[in-house]
Amino acid sequence: METILLFAPLVGAILCGFGYKYIGEKAAMWTATGMLFLSAFLSWISFVTFDGVTQHIEVLRWIESGSLSTSWGIRLDRLTTIMLIVITTVSSLVHLYSFGYMDKDPQWKEGESYKPRFFAYLSFFTFAMLMLVTSDNLVQMFFGWEGVGVASYLLIGFYYRKPTANAAAIKAFVVNRVGDFGFALGIFGLFFLTDSINFNDVFAAAPKLAETQLTFLWTEWNAANLLAFLLFVGAMGKSAQLFLHTWLPDAMEGPTPVSALIHAATMVTAGVFLVCRMSPLMEFAPEAMAFVTVVGASTAFFAATVGLVQTDIKRVIAYSTCSQLGYMFVAAGVGMYSAAMFHLLTHAFFKALLFLGAGSVINAMHHEQEMTEYGGLRKKIPFTYWSMMIGTLAITGVGIPLTHIGFAGFLSKDAIIESAYAGGSGYGFWLLVVAAAMTSFYSWRLMFLTFFGKARGDKHTHDHAHESPITMLIPLGVLSVGAVLAGMLWYGSFFGHADQVGKFYGIPVAEASAHGETSDHGEDAGHGEPAADDGHGEATAEGEHHYVFAGKPGEGGLYFGKDNTVLDDAHAAPVWVKVSPFIAMLGGLLMAIWFYIINPSLPGRLATAQKPLYLFFKNKWYFDELYNVIFVKPALAIGRFLWKRGDGGTIDGFLNGVAMGVVPFFTRLAGRAQTGFIFTYAFWMVLGIAALVTWMSIGGGAH
Amino acid sequence: MIQADLNVILPELILAVYAMIALLLAVYSTKDKMGPLLVWSTAGLMALLALWIAGSGSGNNVAFGGMFVDDGFSRFAKVTILLSAAAVLVMGQDYMARRGMLQFEYPLLVSLSVVGMMMMVSAGDLMSLYMGLELQSLALYVVASMRRDSVKSTEAGLKYFVLGALSSGLLLYGASLVYGFAGTTKFEGIIQVAQHGEVSVGLLFGIVFLISGMAFKVSAVPFHMWTPDVYEGAPTPVTAFFATAPKMAAMGLFARVMHDAFGNAVSDWSQIIALLSVASMFLGAVAAIGQTNIKRLMAYSSIAHMGFALMGLAAGTVFGVQAMLIYMAIYVTMNVGTFAFILMMEKDGKPVTDIASLNLYSRREPGKALAMLVLLFSLSGVPPMLGFFGKFYVLRAAYDAGLAWLAIAGVVASVIGAFYYLRIVYYMYFGEEGDELDRNSSPVLWGFLMASAAVMVLGIINMFGVEGAAAAAAATLVN
Repeated sequence: METILLFAPLVGAILCGFGYKYIGEKAAMWTATGMLFLSAFLSWISFVTFDGVTQHIEVLRWIESGSLSTSWGIRLDRLTTIMLIVITTVSSLVHLYSFGYMDKDPQWKEGESYKPRFFAYLSFFTFAMLMLVTSDNLVQMFFGWEGVGVASYLLIGFYYRKPTANAAAIKAFVVNRVGDFGFALGIFGLFFLTDSINFNDVFAAAPKLAETQLTFLWTEWNAANLLAFLLFVGAMGKSAQLFLHTWLPDAMEGPTPVSALIHAATMVTAGVFLVCRMSPLMEFAPEAMAFVTVVGASTAFFAATVGLVQTDIKRVIAYSTCSQLGYMFVAAGVGMYSAAMFHLLTHAFFKALLFLGAGSVINAMHHEQEMTEYGGLRKKIPFTYWSMMIGTLAITGVGIPLTHIGFAGFLSKDAIIESAYAGGSGYGFWLLVVAAAMTSFYSWRLMFLTFFGKARGDKHTHDHAHESPITMLIPLGVLSVGAVLAGMLWYGSFFGHADQVGKFYGIPVAEASAHGETSDHGEDAGHGEPAADDGHGEATAEGEHHYVFAGKPGEGGLYFGKDNTVLDDAHAAPVWVKVSPFIAMLGGLLMAIWFYIINPSLPGRLATAQKPLYLFFKNKWYFDELYNVIFVKPALAIGRFLWKRGDGGTIDGFLNGVAMGVVPFFTRLAGRAQTGFIFTYAFWMVLGIAALVTWMSIGGGAH
Repeated sequence: MIQADLNVILPELILAVYAMIALLLAVYSTKDKMGPLLVWSTAGLMALLALWIAGSGSGNNVAFGGMFVDDGFSRFAKVTILLSAAAVLVMGQDYMARRGMLQFEYPLLVSLSVVGMMMMVSAGDLMSLYMGLELQSLALYVVASMRRDSVKSTEAGLKYFVLGALSSGLLLYGASLVYGFAGTTKFEGIIQVAQHGEVSVGLLFGIVFLISGMAFKVSAVPFHMWTPDVYEGAPTPVTAFFATAPKMAAMGLFARVMHDAFGNAVSDWSQIIALLSVASMFLGAVAAIGQTNIKRLMAYSSIAHMGFALMGLAAGTVFGVQAMLIYMAIYVTMNVGTFAFILMMEKDGKPVTDIASLNLYSRREPGKALAMLVLLFSLSGVPPMLGFFGKFYVLRAAYDAGLAWLAIAGVVASVIGAFYYLRIVYYMYFGEEGDELDRNSSPVLWGFLMASAAVMVLGIINMFGVEGAAAAAAATLVN
């Protein structure tokens, strides 16, 4: 079953991409979509029926080279099944959505065939992503990692007639190479030290790595920290974290379904997945984890500030994605991997919903993306409006404080913020709370600018604004359900008590009292009770039976170190901590109402009054300009130098000189020596022997 | 005693007796009308002998008190010589017959020269060395001027004869020097002398003269001057013969003398051979660029290839000899195919040798053009053709022996040499419209061309076992 669900998208991609000439466009597109729905269906079966025992399914022997021996295999654990349902569900819905969205694209002339290509790329992407998440070794994962990179490149540059799209595709590819370099170094390092690239062996060796020193760049490092850091560099690239984030907003040049699938729900979360997958290693690398937390929190804050002032609807959501990925990394950084995965899951639903909703708006507005041209669309496209509303409620985290009732983002984001507090990262906690307020502000700003107020922009366009076709509305509806329910449904599994989480992930748990070494923090769990009492419904169980994680590295989907008590500490966080994201959300909402409903002239005046700050945010903290000066310009200069001087002048010049001057000269000389006269030939022979004898007498072996 | 000796030289004996009986038979019967029959029977006999030697020979057999050595090395060389000679005879039969050149002496002279070659690679004494060498050469002089009514052919034969006499003189002078300083003509005696203390100056001079004599036979620079003229002047089948069997024999003799007689003075002669090697590679590559006649071009090509084979020898190691043997086996196979192609180049029934006549050959004969392309790529050493592996072996041998500069020079020379091979490819595929060649479809030639090209491609799998055979052969020579 796993093999089928894994390869169905590939089959779909091949049939659709190469076969559409024979079976027709429509059939090709339906084949790809059908394969994806099959895959999604099987994924849900494997998610629901998964019993917590990690399975290894070998597909084929892959690499046999020296001590490097690995097979093409599937590692099926809870982490994998979560990713499976996220990927295949969103992907199949996006396939369906694309029927409507990609229809009659103005980028192409009448009669040009572009849709099968689009569907084939989407399916190929899905396959590569599935490869990434199901792999049971690092190299196979890297294969998937690069595969999604290629698919992302192809899809960002899908509108290849637009120079900006091509530039964005190249940028995404190049920036990702930087991250991939780190990832590759990490893989090399792990193979160097553990002599294996299979997760099982690497995980088992993790405790030993923590005690190993490794020399890298003339410096001694702790092996676990260094390798975790290098792997995280890879994750930074893929997940668009600070310093390597610049490609993600530009990637919005791709068609909107692509943005929803690749640049919101799945590919960009690969970095988070990687960190969670490598949790057995990460747990032994405290400094690297601190770095993850700092980068994550900084990204969450940075991207939110930029999101405040963008006017392109897709860019707002793109920065929002960037920011939410920062949240996930904070959770992973403080050791609460299950919370990171929780947010990954819920985020996939509501962010895909927001993107597809935005796509629906764009579709209705004849491919206009500037929010300044929108306004008052509530009545024109009510279904889109309501689904976007649900998405916004979910991302801003609306729910009833101190209960487990709320939209998906409410539960998962609060879980992260509580974890950040419990993990002792004040920096992370405060930045995330502020970012939550800004998230609320820019999300509501998007809603108000688009759907409320008076219609701005081209009147003709507004008059012809229409609701999207049914193929686009069904995915919106399905994702809305997910955005409402995903949080409440799985709160316990992801962020409940240790025994729930342990059962879900297949991590062995032990009773706290039975464990000698946990008795010292039994107290920690104890004084969490008051908070737990009013915070959690099932807190009655606590006190009598308290469980802690007791798995070995590599056992189950995740690994929590022996002294990782963040989960319990988070549940025991003070009330003000638990309420803080909600208050931040309310603050953002009220600000947005004041700015865009009550006093719409205020934003303009504020922007003029605070011009430097406004420009700073508007220009994305000048990262692109900075990189342009530091990296792009010198690289171009070096390239031009090597091309003109190095290649053209030196190499071509030298070779042409030799080939056209020196060699023909000798050829003529040899021709002239060949006189045809026998005495010349004899003379040469005598000369030859004279030379050889002389050589032998003077320089050679004669003594 | 004599019985045992005769047993050892039985293959040579059979071929020699066959040649003499056939000669008498032909003289007293229908003379030239027997030509075709004799070609086929000679080729058949050679092939049989090759199979016999390859299949039955084993161990180290010495005859006539060490004058004649039958070991793995000589057997490897003999099989190559016999097979290539047989192939070339068969290939040229039709060509010579149609031009009235197929006198009955031709196959018999070839078989006599092959007897000489077999003697050469089996020589264990300076006397038998010289005997084999002269037997081979005298037959070749005559064969070169086979076309008696052609000025060029006669001139080629004469040049070859005069220069060959000069080289024989050099060789004999060297042999007498060696004899004078070693006190023996036997290789095993000479090697003993070199073993005790340093090699005397006289012996070294002897080595240099011996090397010069043999370098003439392999046409190494600067003893190569005869090659282009003889290749061009001789009838094409004879040229094909010159390019294959005698080269293998001369290289075999070279290796035999250097290792059997002077195996203790490797450092002395290796530098001389390295010099010859580098000069041959570069001259062969550079001079061929100016050629428009494909036969002259093949002459320079063979000079360059001999340079590479000498590189293996210059290494002075077992692996070097192995590399040389592999290189020669591949070289001979490539040349058989290439000359099969050249023999097919005709216009209005007359042989054409101008390269420019191949313009757009691929349009008319795509199959043959492709086979020729494979062979040319292989000759220039482009991977993955077999020719590349031949070069790779000798380069590795030279590098392993500490002659990195020689290996680098070889790479540079082969880059230069690639130009003229690829120029033929250019003519065949991208040239201008010109006069068309005849559609010659001799099945024999076509078969040899295709087989040779196929070997160049398929051989990369395991070289048809030649690698192992060459290793075993080299091991028996160098101890």
